[in-house]
Amino acid sequence: MYHYDNYDRQLVNERVAAFRDQTRRFLAGQLEPDAFRALRLRNGLYQQRFAPMLRISIPYGLLASKQLRMLAHIAREYDKDYGHFTTRQNIQFNWPQLEQVPDILEKLASVEMHGIQTSGNCVRNITTDHLAGVAKDELTDPRPYCEITRQWASFHPEFNFLPRKFKIAFSATEHERAALLTHDVGVRIVRNAAGETGYTMYVGGGLGRTPIIGQKVRDFLPEPDLLSYLEAILRVYNRLGRRDNIHKARIKILVKELGIARFTELVEAEWALIKEGLLKLRREDLEHFRKFFQPHAYDARAADDRGYAAQLAADPAFATWVKHNTWEHRVPGYRAVFVSLKPRGGTPGDCTSAQMDALADLADRHSFGEIRATHDQNLLFGDVKQAELHALWQALVPLQLATPNIGTLTDLICCPGLDFCSLANAGSIGIAQELSERYDDLDYLYDLGEIKIKMSGCMNGCGHHSVGHIGVLGVDKEGEEWYQITLGGSASNDATLGDRIGPAIARSNVVATIVKLIETFVEHRRGEESFVQTYRRVGLAPYKARVYGEKKEAVTA
Amino acid sequence: MKIIRDRRIVDDDWNRVADDAALPSAGRIIVSWTRWQADRAALRARGSVGVSIPSTLDVAELKDDLAALALVAIPFSFIQPKPEGGRTFDGRAYSQARLLRERYGFAGEIRAAGDVFRDAMFYMQRCGVNAFELSPGHDLQDALKAFGDFSLGYQGAADDPTPIFRRRKA
Repeated sequence: MYHYDNYDRQLVNERVAAFRDQTRRFLAGQLEPDAFRALRLRNGLYQQRFAPMLRISIPYGLLASKQLRMLAHIAREYDKDYGHFTTRQNIQFNWPQLEQVPDILEKLASVEMHGIQTSGNCVRNITTDHLAGVAKDELTDPRPYCEITRQWASFHPEFNFLPRKFKIAFSATEHERAALLTHDVGVRIVRNAAGETGYTMYVGGGLGRTPIIGQKVRDFLPEPDLLSYLEAILRVYNRLGRRDNIHKARIKILVKELGIARFTELVEAEWALIKEGLLKLRREDLEHFRKFFQPHAYDARAADDRGYAAQLAADPAFATWVKHNTWEHRVPGYRAVFVSLKPRGGTPGDCTSAQMDALADLADRHSFGEIRATHDQNLLFGDVKQAELHALWQALVPLQLATPNIGTLTDLICCPGLDFCSLANAGSIGIAQELSERYDDLDYLYDLGEIKIKMSGCMNGCGHHSVGHIGVLGVDKEGEEWYQITLGGSASNDATLGDRIGPAIARSNVVATIVKLIETFVEHRRGEESFVQTYRRVGLAPYKARVYGEKKEAVTA
Repeated sequence: MKIIRDRRIVDDDWNRVADDAALPSAGRIIVSWTRWQADRAALRARGSVGVSIPSTLDVAELKDDLAALALVAIPFSFIQPKPEGGRTFDGRAYSQARLLRERYGFAGEIRAAGDVFRDAMFYMQRCGVNAFELSPGHDLQDALKAFGDFSLGYQGAADDPTPIFRRRKA
């Protein structure tokens, strides 16, 4: 993984010192509230319902064991003993004290971590495929590109006060797992007919109040031009993006209002003026970053092990876990292992300090000291030898981290909702917990196949409800919590926004409604169809009828 | 009024002239972009003129005027977007500053005006701003420390065009 050099270390340390001074001046009444708000947000610090919330950056989701131990330490010392992994591969703490945040940031800096640009109207954490570097279907490891982009975007003097937040995601596979089309910029690493590496660039995707699927802005951008092209996009956006209304300030609205053709023209014109400048990447620039992401020292004989097959045959619970919670690795004899943060009755994404410490030890023992955060609010060991899977599983079970539900209905994602967030209209965690209790029969879950439920407590859409196979959005109706349900969304290659099934549902009926939707799916399903495939074949009508009742036939005399 | 120019506290030796006021016969003046467009020929002939531009201006429109201008004032401000919530900082002028310096080679004074606060100055100077009219209430002596907030940057900008990755040994 990437390691700081003196430049990185110096910049992060200077940032901590600056924030410490800003906090001191604010508390002494020497820094105006508007300015301090802008500054604290850019260090990940929100003012929430009960306490500040601190969001810590996990660049492209990759953590070293010592970093995870530091997060455990922070959870213990400064929070209520847990942290919450987010859909953007970051972690949030919900209970730190404002006065202590500079100390927390200083401790994070000691393990090459920070909260820089995890909030505010600037370029946020760069995200990518959680299987980057180990996926079999990958063209190249996207993480060197993510890191070079992370550095370009960090402290960017021109783009620190954009109209609105800006999210960039990378993917290097055909079947992508990074939700490129729901990002402000999606970068797909591709190879052209001549065999040259480059990028297909998408722009203007985003969820929230006005969900929009991203559009292609350039089919093939040559490899050296990544940063200059991003700079051109950001400059057009910084100059022309709307600032009069926060709901119309994302780049998706600019693209929509200008039209993709005109937007592309502006970007290409700007890019033409800067593409031959110093941002043009040389071979050695990319090589420098690739060095940090070399394959681990894999055991060439890992697949020769015979014990694994015997363990699978002898232990059905282990076999079930392997089937659902592990993934094919590019190296024979290795698997990628999902750590489910969705136990029965739990809060999706929550992880206690004891779990973090234990996971750090397990990463050291079984996965080259690294662990990853996924978009679905789970964790992942990237590189586990098959001979060690059984021992790892046995260690995870008592930690409540081996629920074999990855990809099933109960592997759902949700935002913190009304329980923590000051923006939320409604809770989402409670519904997640009820659903996980209602659907605790694993065999039934496996029969249902892949179903992605995504829930947000408000229009801002942190729970990505618009692209859930089943989306649940909390709305406020005269002070009561109601829920708008959508069907058929997707964040994958076939990115689609879900369709509303009808009027909002009262809190007490949400789980019952989801049960009806699942039953309707089961009734109409053909063979092994997935939930979303059936929905696309039969359409909204049967689901709507089941939830709201059949429309009475018009009676004619 | 005191301002910061080239990292020193100095007296502001420029006068802003309202659009409907007569032009003073001598001295350094700053006029609005509207006035500059209306009286361009006379103002060019007069010399010692600066222009204060709106944040919506594409500075490409200014490029043929730059040789006649000694100063461009660019506007920073906290704005209140609809429908509610906290005020946000309008950062369009950061792009204006970079383009004036890097693309159009403007060598005169670029002055940050409006809601200029100490902790926004470091990025402003990276973008090419060399003079700062700070908001009232600022201790200018303290604000000078802003230039030391960071000792380097990852990106090239107006102050130094070299991105960090070009300084690293491959």
